[in-house]
Amino acid sequence: MNVKVLLFSLLPITANAQGFAGLGTAAEGFSVPQPGYAFAFPADHGAHHDYRIEWWYLTANLQGPDGTDYGLQWTLFRSALAPEAGSGWGTPQLWMGHAAVTTPDNHYVSERLGRGGIGQAGVTADPFSAWIDDWELSGDWTNMQMAASGADFAYDMNLTAQGPLVFHGDAGFSVKSAEGQASYYYSQPYFDIAGVLTLPQGDVPVTGQAWLDREWSSQPLGANQTGWDWFSLSFDDGAKLMGFRLQQTDGDHYTSATWIAKDGQATPFADGAFQAVPLTTNDHGVPVRWQVTLPAYGVDATVSAVNNHAWMATSVPYWEGPVRVTGSHNGRGYLEMTGYE
Amino acid sequence: MTRATLHALLSHWWRSPLQLFTLLAGLALATALWSGVQAVNAEARASYRAASTTLGEGNFDRLLRRDGQPIDMATYIALRRGGWLVSPVIAGQLNGVRIIGVDPLTAPGSMGAAQLAQDQAITGFFTGQGQLLGSADVAARLPEFTVIISENAAPDTAVTDIGVAQDILGRAGEIDRLVIAPDQPLRQADLALIAPDLIRQRAQASTDTAQLTESFHLNLSAFGLLAFAVGIFIVNGAIGLAFEQRRPVVRTLRALGVPLRRLVLLMAAELMIFALVAGLVGVFLGYVIAALLLPDVAATLRGLYGADVSGTLQLRPAWWLSGLVIALGGTALAATGALWKLSKMPLLAAAQKRALAMAAGRRAGAQAAIAALLLGICVILGLTAQGLIAGFALLACLLIGAALLLPFVLDRVLALASKGAKTIAAQWFWADTRQQLPGLSLALMALLLAMAANVGVSTMVSSFRTTFTGFLDQRLTSELYVDTADPAQAAAFVTYATPRVDAVLPIVSTQITIAGQPTEIHGTRDHATYRDHWMMLEGTADHWDTTFAGETVLINEQLARRAGLAVGDSTNIEGRDMVISGIYGDYGNPIGQAIIADTLFADLYPDVAADRFGLRIAPNDVSGFVAALTSETDISPAQIINQAGIKAVSLAIFERTFTVTTALNILTLAVAGFAILMSLLTLAAMRVPQLAPAWAMGMTRAQLGRLELLRAVLLAMLTAVIALPLGLALAWALLSVVNVAAFGWKLPMYLFPLDYARLGVFALLAAALAALWPARRLARTPPADLLKVFSNER
Repeated sequence: MNVKVLLFSLLPITANAQGFAGLGTAAEGFSVPQPGYAFAFPADHGAHHDYRIEWWYLTANLQGPDGTDYGLQWTLFRSALAPEAGSGWGTPQLWMGHAAVTTPDNHYVSERLGRGGIGQAGVTADPFSAWIDDWELSGDWTNMQMAASGADFAYDMNLTAQGPLVFHGDAGFSVKSAEGQASYYYSQPYFDIAGVLTLPQGDVPVTGQAWLDREWSSQPLGANQTGWDWFSLSFDDGAKLMGFRLQQTDGDHYTSATWIAKDGQATPFADGAFQAVPLTTNDHGVPVRWQVTLPAYGVDATVSAVNNHAWMATSVPYWEGPVRVTGSHNGRGYLEMTGYE
Repeated sequence: MTRATLHALLSHWWRSPLQLFTLLAGLALATALWSGVQAVNAEARASYRAASTTLGEGNFDRLLRRDGQPIDMATYIALRRGGWLVSPVIAGQLNGVRIIGVDPLTAPGSMGAAQLAQDQAITGFFTGQGQLLGSADVAARLPEFTVIISENAAPDTAVTDIGVAQDILGRAGEIDRLVIAPDQPLRQADLALIAPDLIRQRAQASTDTAQLTESFHLNLSAFGLLAFAVGIFIVNGAIGLAFEQRRPVVRTLRALGVPLRRLVLLMAAELMIFALVAGLVGVFLGYVIAALLLPDVAATLRGLYGADVSGTLQLRPAWWLSGLVIALGGTALAATGALWKLSKMPLLAAAQKRALAMAAGRRAGAQAAIAALLLGICVILGLTAQGLIAGFALLACLLIGAALLLPFVLDRVLALASKGAKTIAAQWFWADTRQQLPGLSLALMALLLAMAANVGVSTMVSSFRTTFTGFLDQRLTSELYVDTADPAQAAAFVTYATPRVDAVLPIVSTQITIAGQPTEIHGTRDHATYRDHWMMLEGTADHWDTTFAGETVLINEQLARRAGLAVGDSTNIEGRDMVISGIYGDYGNPIGQAIIADTLFADLYPDVAADRFGLRIAPNDVSGFVAALTSETDISPAQIINQAGIKAVSLAIFERTFTVTTALNILTLAVAGFAILMSLLTLAAMRVPQLAPAWAMGMTRAQLGRLELLRAVLLAMLTAVIALPLGLALAWALLSVVNVAAFGWKLPMYLFPLDYARLGVFALLAAALAALWPARRLARTPPADLLKVFSNER
């Protein structure tokens, strides 16, 4: 999934928020996802202003010329104070961008905030462009370009899709809790990516695979859910696995997963099928090694962080970084963990 | 049983209300001083912060339209999309209220207005519903708007979202200026390409005073702590005495079967209740002190920002709580020893009425040894101390060491004096004074600390003022400063201004590295402005001559300290070995600075041209020249800074703040005087048996009374003599160790003998006043009481 960080911490909603970053707050006045929704493209690649939260979330596993592993993140979050697009300064649509590059030894992060309605940030569906300030992700979802820069890093990337869109849950209707909270959720996990990372040590040409998530909702978490652990894994044999585990205040977990066959065929799994158990934590108590199982496909693998310290010290802090997979299946992927502050 | 025990314990206080009063009043006064200083500090800080909500953007570079017109939205968005992290600001007046519109999402985090907005976090702030943040009087003046009252708001100012401000001011789509965030991304579009109409205005130099102000607050806090230490000496004395005197009660209670543990707990609880009561009273007194002092601070701000600051004091939880905590903590500190001794006391130990004094006498030797040890550490720290913690450790060792040494030194001096005594009466006076010393030593220590604190703080504050005034004279000498947008405008400006003013002084600098330190190097034109006003901390006799001849370089203190450079050393600048001919104080500047001749600068950096100019001009001609300059050239008023105004206002702020410390000085002395009074009153009852023989041998009661007064003044005088060097050492530690650790620069220390003399007189007066009542009481002791001493002895 990628139920990610959505609310800008400086927003009032967090004051009486439920769940992580206010994601469990009731959805008054906003539209709520319903099963059986017929996605329409390119319109659905654009913003849905009548839903409270939405994101365009890209992660990539990259390799340098010497085989060094790098991770890359480009994210644009939309958070609405009211269910309307609005215009000018008075728009209720607020945007937050996160960009990061993870090396085995360093983690570079930058954050941007802005509002819609004045041109500083937004998403248009046709032609597709998602931007905040000078950061931009654009293209026709087959060939795309992406750029971001922070005080100590920058990157320019080209992406080419090698497979179809994948819809999670019930044809894109992804349930997040026993009470029925849900979101619309689809991915393009098949991007080949190539470009240049600009780091303090100099420019590094890189290539790899990228995974782009699209998700929107108005109340994706239950009030008793405090965070999540989300995995997007690409195995060497061409299959992929998306799985998440939502933490509840009662210590229990709610899990969900999608098995993506090499040809793009998606098989959803309801609560309980997918399991993720933390093995070791870093010095801040964030689990950086996990045992992940999905018995239906014989998955019993260890997921370990490339860099244990991929902490996103942003307005809403969380851990996000590249991982390696070993065990029943080998491969690479991305791990996101929230609720560990 | 608990009730009965408590009753027995408390009965002591009914019988000695004076002691109870000493304890409570000492603690309350100490807390009052501490919390008063804290309140003034907190209030002044909050006021600076509030004021910076309007001026805080001055800490950042800004983009303005060359022609002074508003910036349009398209330019703003083009800059953001070009990688420029800039944030829009609009300002205007409505009903006499300054309306400031900001964008909290993009404003640099340390910009006051953004912090204010984030503190409040109101949805309506963003969504154009028109919420404003301001003080209560702003709310009254803008009844048609929703004003959220914010205690941190600047006076007469309302901060709101830029969209709301544009609406209110009827200036849709307009931006007055763009604040440039300090951290910019790696990649940015060329400013000249995307926004050719904008010029970059550098952060205002006047905000450099922020560091000076912080330094002042730090020193004031240290002073507050000292004042509290004085109070704790009193409390310690009172508690110690009370415990000694209650030994018989404790012994009896224990003999009756009250468990030791319960007894100790009860006494501790009793003290904590006293501390709480005294702490509350103290916080209230502190509030009164602060409220009395605050009008000066408010007046300061009014002068500085031309706006009304409410002179009322807000009860800020921080200092309110810190006052209580320190009262409780101080009592606990003072009581721990006494309680511990109590718990170790043999069940049948005899009560000793004068036990405390006797014990003090026995301890004198050990105390002197500890004092010597502490002062030894002090010397070592003084030679080696680096860093804030070492600095404060030095202060602590110095003060405690000196205080502990005081009884020993006084005892030696008195012993010496008694040897020179010719008459029997004189011998008795000296011997009796020595004998009294242990009982008075705590009060005298308090006096010593109070005086030392006063000498130290007076020296610090006055040195501060002298330095600051000199620094302003040096840095803001030119009457006008003009920023030019590009070399063409700069050249045109120089041509225009040169025949019309006394001197045009180009200000040209570039960032380089000298001895591994990031340094701003300035090329300076040979002019009397510099020769007359720049004071060197150290320098050769002809430092300006050789520097203007291009032979030597002048560097600031920060660079000298960090790179370990001294006058006469040689340093490499762009491949040339240059000798350092002078080091100047540069207060409030975080990085290194160096000055070379402008001719040499032009040789070394041919690409760097001056875009900023200082103008020397007769003060009366300033306004005429500014009017002509703006109408006859393309220089806009936004590019001209009149530093004379800034200087006058900056000086005023410090003058006012200094008056605050004077008031605190007197209060600290009053506390010490109180300590002496209480000690003398406590001793008075025990004194009768000692004085009775002297009276019986023919000394009149009036004589005895006068001697009592003389003794107090004499002891105070001796203490004052010791306090002076201690105070100077304290000032030295504050200026040369603590300040260097906190800010990287040393404040030069100046001496103010007249101030010290006045302080000495005050101290003697305080001691004399304190001794007056006990002496009068003694002089009027009924002869029957004196006679009773002999009957009792039988």
